Amino acid sequence: MDLQVTEITVLPGRDKNGETEHFDRIVIRPGETLAIVGPTGSGKSAFINDIEVFARDDTVTGRTVLVNGAIPPDDYVRDPAKKPIALITQNTKCLADLKVAAFLEMHVRSRKIEGDEIISETIALANEFTGEKITPGARMTSLSGGQTRSLMVADAILVGSTPVIILDEVENAGIFKDRVIEVLRRYQKAVVFVTHDPLVALMCDRRVVMRNGTVVRVIEHTDSEDEALSAVKKMDGILCRLRERIRAGEAITGGVQAV
Amino acid sequence: MKLVVIAGPPSAGKTAVVRQILRNLGTGEKAAYLKIDVVRAFEDEELATEFSIPTRKVYSGDLCPDHAGIMVMADALRWAEKEEASILIVESAGLCLRCSPYVTQALGIVVLSAVSGTHAPLKMGPMIGLADVAVVTRIDLVSQAEKEVFREGIREVAPEIEIVETNAVQGTGMRYLLRRIAEADEVRDAATVELRGVPPLGVCTVCVGKKEIGWQHHFGVVRRLGDAGNLFRGD
Repeated sequence: MDLQVTEITVLPGRDKNGETEHFDRIVIRPGETLAIVGPTGSGKSAFINDIEVFARDDTVTGRTVLVNGAIPPDDYVRDPAKKPIALITQNTKCLADLKVAAFLEMHVRSRKIEGDEIISETIALANEFTGEKITPGARMTSLSGGQTRSLMVADAILVGSTPVIILDEVENAGIFKDRVIEVLRRYQKAVVFVTHDPLVALMCDRRVVMRNGTVVRVIEHTDSEDEALSAVKKMDGILCRLRERIRAGEAITGGVQAV
Repeated sequence: MKLVVIAGPPSAGKTAVVRQILRNLGTGEKAAYLKIDVVRAFEDEELATEFSIPTRKVYSGDLCPDHAGIMVMADALRWAEKEEASILIVESAGLCLRCSPYVTQALGIVVLSAVSGTHAPLKMGPMIGLADVAVVTRIDLVSQAEKEVFREGIREVAPEIEIVETNAVQGTGMRYLLRRIAEADEVRDAATVELRGVPPLGVCTVCVGKKEIGWQHHFGVVRRLGDAGNLFRGD
């Protein structure tokens, strides 16, 4: 990992009509969270893909991405061990036909990391994010979406050790999203969430609003949204408990209790 | 003129990579395109319409497509020369993984799909081992750890190969492939172009029309690429 990465800057590109986007620059620093919101087809995935490949006016959006204010060296893009960004995709069907431990072993080997503990630590961290326990002997292809996503996040934190993590719709995977956010903050990661989830969106420091392929607005999180955030947290808590009861096969009779 | 040979298993995204190359070639460049396939191919017509470049196709029929490629390569170079192309792109059918279609004085590109499984690179030794560049497509469908593990598989087969990761439909990461093409040598002498690797030495009795099963009905000499030992069975 390159500890020197202190910020990633996205410079504006062009919308579908060739007009320049309406923002100066969007900067992401370690420990900060950024939510990308907008309807389906509004360009959220293109935005994170631009960051992931360090676009240099060579993608459809025409954006440019800088690291520490400059065009990043080729190594950042081409050498995974030096690349400061890990993108966890929405397609959680992991295609590696290996067992979990063998997959991690191969990744650890490619990173030339010494010691075996990192594999069990990664699996243990992944198990903090998901209710369904991941075992070292399970096949990657047999993991559920939530398990795969949890494993990829844990891997990005411990094995990849990247300062910037991009998560595409983490909420869709049946994963403890508040736990993920908390752990990523603890590890001082810069995190970009593509999200439709009100809780994830409101918990982030900033929201980038997308429409028709372009950034239309950047909203800073302020105290004025705290009231809404705590209300959403409560609702989310209710829904989580309800989800567990439904999964456990209970009949849900009567009203749903807030506490 | 430059010669670029593109190989890779079916559905890996070879034609998508060709499209990106054509779309991003410098203004001074003129491309010609040859598709080698077994029974049907449409890429030549599509690319001719899309990019207004001279294209051809060759059907290998009963012959293996890589063998057909070797037979027609000298003619193809003459044709592209006559068309005043500055770069000839030859796309293989990518069926049999025992040998490889790359020739000398050319840039060899293997196209692999990131979603084809960890062991995929290990299953196509010569096709990767003799290439200059491995282009990994559908990179947008996998997470970072998977990308790195897939890379590791390629490096196991070819430790020195240059790897370009791309979403070939969008063309991300293509600048590195284009740079490599820009730096590639020209064909010095078309008459001396030859295969890079030794092809498998095989005499196949199925190809000559024998239908019986069992060793006793068949004969042949089989030698794998890079393997000095011969396997001889039957009469």
